[in-house]
Amino acid sequence: MIAIVDYGAGNLNSVKKAFDFLGADVVVTDQPETLAAADKVVLPGVGHFSSLQALDRAGLRNALLQNAAAGKPFLGICLGMQWLFEGSEECPELAGAGIFPGKCRKFPSLVKSPHVGWNSLAVTEGSRLLRRIAQHSFVYYTHSFHAPVVAETTAASEYGLRFAGAVERGNIFGVQFHPEKSGDVGLSILKNFCEIESVRSKRC
Amino acid sequence: MLTKRIIACLDMDGGRVVKGVRFKNLRDAGDPAQCATAHARNGADEIVLLDITATSGNRRTMLDAVRTTARSLFVPFTVGGGIRQLEDAAAVFDAGADKIAINSAAVREPALIAKIAGRFGSQAVVVAIDARKANGKFEVFVAGGRTPTGMDAIQWARDAAACGAGEILLTSMDRDGTQSGFDCGLVRAVAEAVSIPVIASGGAGSARDFIDVFRDGRADAALAASIFHFGLENIAQLKLELHHAGIPVRWPC
Repeated sequence: MIAIVDYGAGNLNSVKKAFDFLGADVVVTDQPETLAAADKVVLPGVGHFSSLQALDRAGLRNALLQNAAAGKPFLGICLGMQWLFEGSEECPELAGAGIFPGKCRKFPSLVKSPHVGWNSLAVTEGSRLLRRIAQHSFVYYTHSFHAPVVAETTAASEYGLRFAGAVERGNIFGVQFHPEKSGDVGLSILKNFCEIESVRSKRC
Repeated sequence: MLTKRIIACLDMDGGRVVKGVRFKNLRDAGDPAQCATAHARNGADEIVLLDITATSGNRRTMLDAVRTTARSLFVPFTVGGGIRQLEDAAAVFDAGADKIAINSAAVREPALIAKIAGRFGSQAVVVAIDARKANGKFEVFVAGGRTPTGMDAIQWARDAAACGAGEILLTSMDRDGTQSGFDCGLVRAVAEAVSIPVIASGGAGSARDFIDVFRDGRADAALAASIFHFGLENIAQLKLELHHAGIPVRWPC
């Protein structure tokens, strides 16, 4: 079962709908116990970095970190990916999970912000989440802050600078774009996530 | 590289897609869910569904159409028409929209922009502006283009952005449905006045019009309805022409 974390940040319908379309067993939950019982976790989210504070309040932060540490596949989407970094200029007092190094920053002033629309991906070979995703595939973005390109970056896009479109370490994945809104390319990426085996099921 | 978006707009009346000229003489153009998925398959980067005769009586019909359309649509989906308060927006998001478009209600109550953005994020709030040229200025009209407001469209776009709008959907009423080209002067004035994306609307008739509005109008996206519904222009073909003209588009898609 895939658990989509509901922490009150925006609209989770689109993400759930895409997994439903793929035939995945998916639930939307705000309960740490449900996360503990899930095989995989999706942390979506749009809006301000400060809305991630709700994770702490609801006891979800620890549940998420425990799931990740246990090797359960984890997918952060948009703000959910930014949470995987150390933090964001958008809300400096709030710490991210720190799984990937660096902080999210504003786009340079030479480009309009937010970055909204379809942009192409420079895909790194060997990514499991982006398996069979063609080089320069287009995906849909909508965000004002971006994560840095780090060693674990598996796809980058350009908008005033080069930023992380996707990151991956072990079973922890993040995408800044919205796979649920990126047409067939996005559905293929979500399907790849559905097919990634958790450490636990490998042992079985 | 960020591409220029081609957005297909479905004007809906009583659960059916319709198209008129200058907001009048409506003709039937099909079922919203079928039209939306056909456009997405054809290469539309985004779908906008505008309920143009929204009254309290047909809200349920409208929400049902949104729900059915959203089920099999995996590109961004904006819904507008008759959204007067936060609860209306919440119902539309709940039915599966990614963004809402507000027009008259935002003019009446600019704080509504911030209210919806505060709950659903700025990226989910599109402020639609219907403008008509008069005495060298562009005046904002509301109530489906029926009521003049005396407001200047460029200043209103700035104010809406400051209130938390994520995008501006700018319709030239003079050009709407005429297929005589976008109003590049209007679009450019607004695009240069705000830092949020501007979607040009009204007047699309040929690939040349799209090239002009992206180059001269500095639009971030362009929206059209009539040319797509009646097969006068195929979106994939349009994108190929834009690509050949050096406009960055999602191609192939």
